[in-house]
Amino acid sequence: MKTVLRLLATASAVAFASPAAMAAGELNVYNWGNYTSPEMIKKFEEKFDVKVNLDGYDSNEAMLAKVKAGDTGYDIVVPGDYMIKVMIGEGLLEEVKPNAMENFKNVDPNWVDVWWDPGRNYSIPYQWGTTSFTVDTAIYDGDVDTLALLFDPPEVLKGRINMLNDMNDVINAGLRYLGYGRCNGNQDELREVLALLSKAKPHWRTMDYAVIEKLTSKDVDISQSWNGAAMRARAQRPTLKYAYPKEGFTGWMDNVAVLKGAPNLDNAKLFINFMMDPENAGLTSNFARYANGILGSDKFMEPEMLSAPEIVMPASAPAPDFVTPCPQEVVDLYNKIWTQLKQ
Amino acid sequence: MSGREHQSALAAAIDQNRRNERVTRAWLLAPALTIILAISILPLGITVVYSFLTPGTYGGVTWEFSTDSYVQFLFQRDIFDDTLVFNSAYVSIFLRSIGLALGATLGALILGFPTAYFIATKPREQRNIWLFLITLPFWTNLLIRTYAMLLIIRDEGIINIMLMKASIISSPLTILYTDTAVFIGLIYSFLPFMVLPIYASLEKLDFSLVEAGYDLYANRLKVLFHVIVPLAKPGIVAGCILVFIPGLGAYITPELLGGGKKLMIGNMIAMQFGASRNWPFGSAAALILMALVILVLLVNVLAARRGASGNG
Repeated sequence: MKTVLRLLATASAVAFASPAAMAAGELNVYNWGNYTSPEMIKKFEEKFDVKVNLDGYDSNEAMLAKVKAGDTGYDIVVPGDYMIKVMIGEGLLEEVKPNAMENFKNVDPNWVDVWWDPGRNYSIPYQWGTTSFTVDTAIYDGDVDTLALLFDPPEVLKGRINMLNDMNDVINAGLRYLGYGRCNGNQDELREVLALLSKAKPHWRTMDYAVIEKLTSKDVDISQSWNGAAMRARAQRPTLKYAYPKEGFTGWMDNVAVLKGAPNLDNAKLFINFMMDPENAGLTSNFARYANGILGSDKFMEPEMLSAPEIVMPASAPAPDFVTPCPQEVVDLYNKIWTQLKQ
Repeated sequence: MSGREHQSALAAAIDQNRRNERVTRAWLLAPALTIILAISILPLGITVVYSFLTPGTYGGVTWEFSTDSYVQFLFQRDIFDDTLVFNSAYVSIFLRSIGLALGATLGALILGFPTAYFIATKPREQRNIWLFLITLPFWTNLLIRTYAMLLIIRDEGIINIMLMKASIISSPLTILYTDTAVFIGLIYSFLPFMVLPIYASLEKLDFSLVEAGYDLYANRLKVLFHVIVPLAKPGIVAGCILVFIPGLGAYITPELLGGGKKLMIGNMIAMQFGASRNWPFGSAAALILMALVILVLLVNVLAARRGASGNG
């Protein structure tokens, strides 16, 4: 579905390319699919008389591949934490110094000195959340807080599982289930992970990023998912429950950044400052259903967001695990495991 | 003026004429040649060059010669110790793709031949309407059509709901996200490519030959296999090629209908340029796919030549 959205988004970006010339300026935003609040975009367009063109991707890697290929024409990208670090290292991001901008005072201090962009010279918080899984409790009414539901599923969930089509998310979940460390180059442990995944795969129905659609269409009853996606799916399928597995789960933050060589650099900077305004961060959260790291934005968020079980973690849950980029030899091993799994 | 002078003047004129002709020809060919060079040869050249380079850490290539991409297709350094062992992963992805494409070709043939025959035997003025109906789906984008198919065959889709309402089945048939779904999607996408060339052959068929067959006491099956099919063979072969080749490289169909659990060649190649960050291997796999396609076409040409000389 995200692929579909991406293609549709590309098509509409092309279709609307000509009237865009009539606005005072343009801004080309390349964000994850189904992740940008139309209301927030409209507000930005009206405030600055800028035409925003939106295009979508479904994984950090897909975005990186396209940006690396060059000449994308995009100004704004929204990479995940580790991808910000990679892109800074590769010289793909413009150092726009958000920390010197007017609205920077709104950024939660906890999200300023982050390992992927210490001091925030390149990027600002967009949304942050967790990656775990969500289960229909009408189908399975046992304890949901264990990864066993994905790797050693009870009878009712067999063949009803969607995994993210994401090498890191799947392998990391496997490592946690077996109690091994992330970014793991230990060959014996990885051999066990491959065996675990291969044994579990026949029980998985799909491997796809389109989590919300897979759950709401009832194609599956349990899916690896991001917490905001779980909340949006629950709106249409109320018996869904987001799990906080005792073995651990991933924490992440997506960040707004400007691409080096952005054709509309001034508008891009305006956008960065605009996104640190609590009201605009609130609009984004109301749409995407994640927390945002901007202080004061909760005043502009729908009340149900502030108490949603997908966002407010229970005290018993382990702390979210922010995974750093792995060394190349580990990535190579992961790639081999992934291909082996998907053959 | 002597005869010899006259002759050499004539020769010069002819020569001049020929030269003009050559220049004209070159000019007329130039646009086509430019396009072929720019959009076919050049990208292919880049693909060939890339396939012999080393992958960059975060995508792209580093300019270091390597044949690893081709070695990787068949062998891998054992994931865990460094010995070179045969690796069936990519071969099995190719084999599955070939199997699905062959299956779709056969399915399209079984559905397409009777359809083409039906149209070809209609009165001339009705045929265009039928042909129009066959090409109608092409007015819609392939992605949209594939998505529509997803809605039709999903667990709570039209087919399952109708079968369940009619109490023919009690729980939904699991069609979506299986090889069967990919198979159905491929047939659906490429069926017109089978119908049209077969129709073109059958349309020219002289039906007095069919009557002659009956006159010689052939039954219906014999007439079909000894008269109609041999005469429609060029169309059948063309149809099979036109379905098999795009089926082999299909990307959208397995992506949407297959559920992403297993790769087909197209998805595997796409993955190399995305998550796997191995552009050289992606290039090599694309070239291996192309070699396969050329092989199929070569076999076809050779078979056709043998057939022609056999008849002659």
